Amino acid sequence: MQWETVIGLEIHAQLSTQSKIFSGSATTFGAEPNTQASLVDLAMPGTLPVLNQEAVRMAVKFGLAIEAEIGRTNVFARKNYFYPDLPKGYQTSQMDHPVVGKGHLDISLEDGTIKRVGITRAHLEEDAGKSLHEDFHGMSGIDLNRAGTPLLEIVSEPDMRSAKEAVAYVKAIHALVRYLGICDGNMAEGSLRCDCNVSVRPKGQEAFGTRAEIKNVNSFRFIEKAINHEIQRQIDLIEDGGKVVQETRLYDPSKDETRSMRGKEEANDYRYFPCPDLLPVRLEEDFLDAVRQSLPELPTQKRDRFQSQFGLSVYDASVLSASREMAEYFEQVQQACGDAKLAANWVMGELSSLLNKDGLEIEQSLVSAEQLGGLILRIKDNTISGKIAKTVFEALAAGKGATADEVIEKEGLKQVTDSGAIESMLDEVLAANAAQVEQYRASDEAKRAKMFGFFVGQAMKASKGKANPGQVNELLKQKLEG
Amino acid sequence: MALERSEVEKIAHLARLGLDEAELPHTTATLNSILGLIDQMQAVNTDGIEPLAHPLEAVQRLRADAVTETNQRAAYQAIAPAVENGLYLVPKVIE
Repeated sequence: MQWETVIGLEIHAQLSTQSKIFSGSATTFGAEPNTQASLVDLAMPGTLPVLNQEAVRMAVKFGLAIEAEIGRTNVFARKNYFYPDLPKGYQTSQMDHPVVGKGHLDISLEDGTIKRVGITRAHLEEDAGKSLHEDFHGMSGIDLNRAGTPLLEIVSEPDMRSAKEAVAYVKAIHALVRYLGICDGNMAEGSLRCDCNVSVRPKGQEAFGTRAEIKNVNSFRFIEKAINHEIQRQIDLIEDGGKVVQETRLYDPSKDETRSMRGKEEANDYRYFPCPDLLPVRLEEDFLDAVRQSLPELPTQKRDRFQSQFGLSVYDASVLSASREMAEYFEQVQQACGDAKLAANWVMGELSSLLNKDGLEIEQSLVSAEQLGGLILRIKDNTISGKIAKTVFEALAAGKGATADEVIEKEGLKQVTDSGAIESMLDEVLAANAAQVEQYRASDEAKRAKMFGFFVGQAMKASKGKANPGQVNELLKQKLEG
Repeated sequence: MALERSEVEKIAHLARLGLDEAELPHTTATLNSILGLIDQMQAVNTDGIEPLAHPLEAVQRLRADAVTETNQRAAYQAIAPAVENGLYLVPKVIE
């Protein structure tokens, strides 16, 4: 049987406000336990929440960026459940009237096509604290620093059909929230967390299969692995005559498997109701206008501009606009060298492999945009060949010079373009390979073409790669034919 | 609409209320009388009336995003039954 996968995602993005959503406590990551938990966060009797304007502004910013309807009147609700890291006994969230309604996001797939993913809603809520289950004499330790940190929960439509599409969507959301400056996107610190709803159905069937939810997957790689594992588990189960149960599962990266969180589900009845401690939030037109004015150029807009302004392919433009840092680096290189194509090739080629090799982000690059731009200028004016340029690039990365010019000067890498010098070098090469020259001259056209490469190789070797390849080709041809 | 005893038991469990055998019939009756009032309200025609999110005709005031709280951990933890290394200790919540 042919199976089709259906995936919907819930992404929790931690908003990068200074203070919490309902209190004036700091939100700094990694502080000493409970030093950022105030009376409001501890749910002491008599305290009341006061909503953080910045959290609302950030949520609206996201909503406008995905062209969503904004909840001009949005309402907070209580989601009731008991857990020690939730001191109030309910999470203040939004249910029927979220701040962000229906919108969409376009994602680029590997084959270069663009897919539109529907976003059902995004709502504001508070994070819970953290439970530490190490042994405290048979007890659990509770740190409430994170309790009350503002979250934007972004709920997608079940529009994704493979783990790869799901990852592309998460990456697009990740890039967007960072472009907007509303979330630092640090998945290792939990600033962006993902719950994956996965189901399978026979290809061609309209109705959805029963879904399982994989909770809290915290890296792009794990999202792909967890979903693929879950798809296979469900298919195996159904093909063996079993049934998928609607449940929450946990992904274990060390074993590459998902397992059921049975037991927690039993009380999954949250009895939402409007929070009487908070009044409805009304958003006025001038507030929305001000937020609209503050929107930066978004990833998709940047991608389109890179195509129209610089003539880049969809693929190149998508890669280069994938993160704000990458786009800024590319544009700086482009400005320094005035050649978008070469700038794109170098950023996506040599620079990206260097970053990958060292496990660095582009903002930590050992070669600055100005240095790379200066290097490309020297390729363009024929001071160095593309091959020597790689040597110069490596030297810059190793800190062997402040600029490409300095490296070229110091290492004597300047391309030889003096035809007299190239000619005498070629004469030496031909003299040293007299037998091959004779063979060449005795051969037919097809064979000669093959042998020609041998002489070019010898000549480039003799010049340590510094001879201008175009001139070498031309002069060598003359000498061999002549 | 009326609640069965089993539903009241379920709600009590969700709210972590320990109702004993003697209290259950009384609680069920009391809750049902509230539901009776709700049934009466639901019989009213509310077409075209916007649902009320809050009884006050007012909107939420927002505060500026500023850190105004300082670390008062020692004071807050003075009344906690058990603390260690700055953590509040509670009965173990996972097996």
